[in-house]
Amino acid sequence: MSFLLFQGSVVVYICSTAAYIVFFLTRKTHIRRISRLIFIVAFLLHTANIIARAVETGHTPIVSHHETITFFSWSVACCYLSFRWRYTVKNLGVFISTLVLALMLVAAFSSRTVISLPPMMQSWWLPIHASVTLFADGFLAIACIGGIMYLLQERELKQKRFGLFYSRLPSLESLDKLNHHCLSIGFPLYTLGLITGSLWAKQAWGAYWHWDPKETWSLVTWFLYAATIHQRFTVGWRGRRVAILSIIAFLSVLFTLWGISFLLEGIHTYVA
Amino acid sequence: MSRDAIVLLGVNHKKTPLAVREKLALSAGYEEPLRALGQLNLIREYYLLSTCNRVEVLFTCQHVEQAQQLVMATLFGSSITGDELARYVYRYENIEAVEHLFLVAASLDSMIVGEAQILGQLKEAYRHAARMKTTGFVLNKLLHKSFSVAKRVRTETRIGAHAVSISYAAVELARKIFGELAGKKVMLVGAGEMAELAAEHLVGQGVEEVVVANRTLQRAVNLARCYNGRAVSLEELVCQLLHVDIIISSTGSPDLILTKADVRSVMRERRNRPLFFIDIAVPRDLDPAINTLDNVYLYDVDDLMHVVEMNKTERDKEAIKAQRIIAEEKLKFDKWLTNIESTPTIVQLRSTIEQHIRYEVEKTMGRMEDMDASTQQSLEKMIGAITGKVLYPPLHFLKSESHRSNLPERIKTVRELFLLDRQNNDDQEMS
Repeated sequence: MSFLLFQGSVVVYICSTAAYIVFFLTRKTHIRRISRLIFIVAFLLHTANIIARAVETGHTPIVSHHETITFFSWSVACCYLSFRWRYTVKNLGVFISTLVLALMLVAAFSSRTVISLPPMMQSWWLPIHASVTLFADGFLAIACIGGIMYLLQERELKQKRFGLFYSRLPSLESLDKLNHHCLSIGFPLYTLGLITGSLWAKQAWGAYWHWDPKETWSLVTWFLYAATIHQRFTVGWRGRRVAILSIIAFLSVLFTLWGISFLLEGIHTYVA
Repeated sequence: MSRDAIVLLGVNHKKTPLAVREKLALSAGYEEPLRALGQLNLIREYYLLSTCNRVEVLFTCQHVEQAQQLVMATLFGSSITGDELARYVYRYENIEAVEHLFLVAASLDSMIVGEAQILGQLKEAYRHAARMKTTGFVLNKLLHKSFSVAKRVRTETRIGAHAVSISYAAVELARKIFGELAGKKVMLVGAGEMAELAAEHLVGQGVEEVVVANRTLQRAVNLARCYNGRAVSLEELVCQLLHVDIIISSTGSPDLILTKADVRSVMRERRNRPLFFIDIAVPRDLDPAINTLDNVYLYDVDDLMHVVEMNKTERDKEAIKAQRIIAEEKLKFDKWLTNIESTPTIVQLRSTIEQHIRYEVEKTMGRMEDMDASTQQSLEKMIGAITGKVLYPPLHFLKSESHRSNLPERIKTVRELFLLDRQNNDDQEMS
C-alpha cells in the first residue's frame, strides 16, 4: 500500500516538475497554476505514503535509508508550501520541485526493506529527534537553493550578460531575504535536533556525546551555520558570501545524512 | 437612416512636436471641454483623452466633415490656427478608429511601447465621460472592449516586460537588485537630462529620497527642489555613499570621481547593503573596477545600451503577437458594428407591424382604451404574440450568415419588402 502511494507520488512529482520547467521556459501564468496544483497533489500522496509506511512498519518511518530520504524530501516540500503561503519568491517552485523529485528518485532506488528497531532505539525520542532534524534540513535545503539562485542571478548582473536566468529569477534582495528567512528557522531547529539527539544518546547509550563520525559531522555543520549567521548579524555579511556559505554548509548536511553511513563506521550507521 | 460614423481625431507624439502638443493639451481637466462638446448638436456620443503624449477625441456623428470642423474649433480653436491643426491632426473613421483606439489602449502607440500607464489614463478619461453621460451605446461598448483588448495583450504577450530606454533599463536593473524600490535613496551626481529622466522614473517607482550633488551648489539646490530632495556638495560624495543606495553619475569631469578604494571603504560601514552605480557620463566618472566589489553593481552607458538593445529585439517579437490580437479583436468589433446596423430596421419593422395589427383590432372591436382591463391585457398579449410571429422570418433572414448576400443588402431587401422607406407608410397598401 505505502509503496503504491510512493510510486504514485513519484509519478505526480515528475509531472509537476515537468510542468514547472515548461512554465519556467514559457512563462505562461496558467501553467504555473497547474504545476502548483499538481505539486500539491503529489505532496498529499507523499503524506499519505509516509502515514501508510508508519502503519505498516509500526514505528516512525525515519529509520532506513529509503524512509529517511522520503521523509527528507517531504519536509522540503512541506517547508516550501508552508511559507509559499505567506510570501512568494518568483520561480522558486521550479528549483524546489526538481530537488524534491531528485530526492524521491534516490529514495526509489534504495532498499525498501523494513528494518526492525533494536529495543534500545525504541523510544519516543526517535520521532522527535529525527523529524526535527529533517525539518531543519528541509529549511536548510531551501536556503541552499536560494543561495544557488542568488549566485546565478548575481553572475548575470555582474557580468552584464543576460541569459536564461536574468528575467526569470527574482531580485537579489528577495533571494537574500529567502536565505535569511530559511536560515533563521532552520538553524534553531537544527540546534534543537542536536540537543534532542544527545538527550536520546544519553538515554540509549548512557552518554550525551560519543564523538562518532555522525555526531562530529553534525557539529561541524552546526558550526558552519553558526558562523554564517554570526557573520550576518555582526558584520552584515550578505549576498554572495552568505549564499556560498549556505551551499557549502548544506553539502555538509548531506554528507552528515548519507556520506557518513557509506564512508565511515560508527554507532549511528545502522540508523539511516 | 444609416448608423452613425465613429470618428477619432487627435495628435500624438509621433507626428506632432511637443510645442504644439503643449498648446493642445487639455490642462484644465476634462469637465470643461466635455461640456463644451455637449453644446454641439451634430455629435451624439463623445469622449476625450489627454495625456502628455497625445490628445484624442472620439465621437459618433452623421456628418463627419461638418462635425470635425465644429469639434476642432470647439476644442482647439483658441489655441492654434486652423492651418497648423490641419497639418498635425489625424483622423480615423469607423473600423480604423476602432483599431487606433485598441493600439493606444494596448500601449502599442506609446512613446515607450508596452508601458502600462496609458491604460490607467484611458480609464480615467472614460470615467469622466461616463460620469457626465457623454458616452452611449456604441462608445461604451467600444471603450470597454479596448480595456479588455489591452488586458488580453498584456496577459498573452510580454510586451510590457521590456525596458527600452536607458533610464528605464536602469530602473529595471535596480529592481533586479533591490526588489522593491520603496524606501531606497538615490543620489544624482551632476545633473544632465538623462540623469534627471532616470531619477524621474525611480521616483515613480517609489524611491524615498533624491540627493543631488553638483559642482555648483546652486544648481544642485534647484534640482533637489524638484524632487523634494536635498543638495550636497561634491566633496561630501564618499560619506554620502553611506546613506544612498543608487547613484546616477553624469558629471562633465574628465577624471574619475570615485575609485574602488573609496567604495570599499564604505561597504563595511554600510553593512554590505548593496550599492548600484549608474555611470552615464562620457568620459566615465566611476572606476570600472568598482564592479568587482561584492554587493556593488556598476553599469555604464554601454552596458545600459546593451540591455536596451536586447529588450528591443524581445519587444519587437512581442509586438507582432500583440498586433495579431488587435487585428482579431478589430474583426470581432467590426462584426458587432455591422450587426447594430440592422437595429433601426428591426425597430421600425416591429412598430409598423404592431401598428397594423392594432389598427385592425380597433377597427373590429372598438377603441382599446374603452375596454375593461382584463380584455385590454389579453389583447395586448395577442398583439405582441402576432408581432413576434410575423417578425420572425425577416429577423431570421437578417441574421442569417449567408455568403450570397451581405448585411446591407439584406437590410435593403427587408426594407423594400415591407415598404419601410415609403413616406408615411401607406396603411391601405399593407392591409
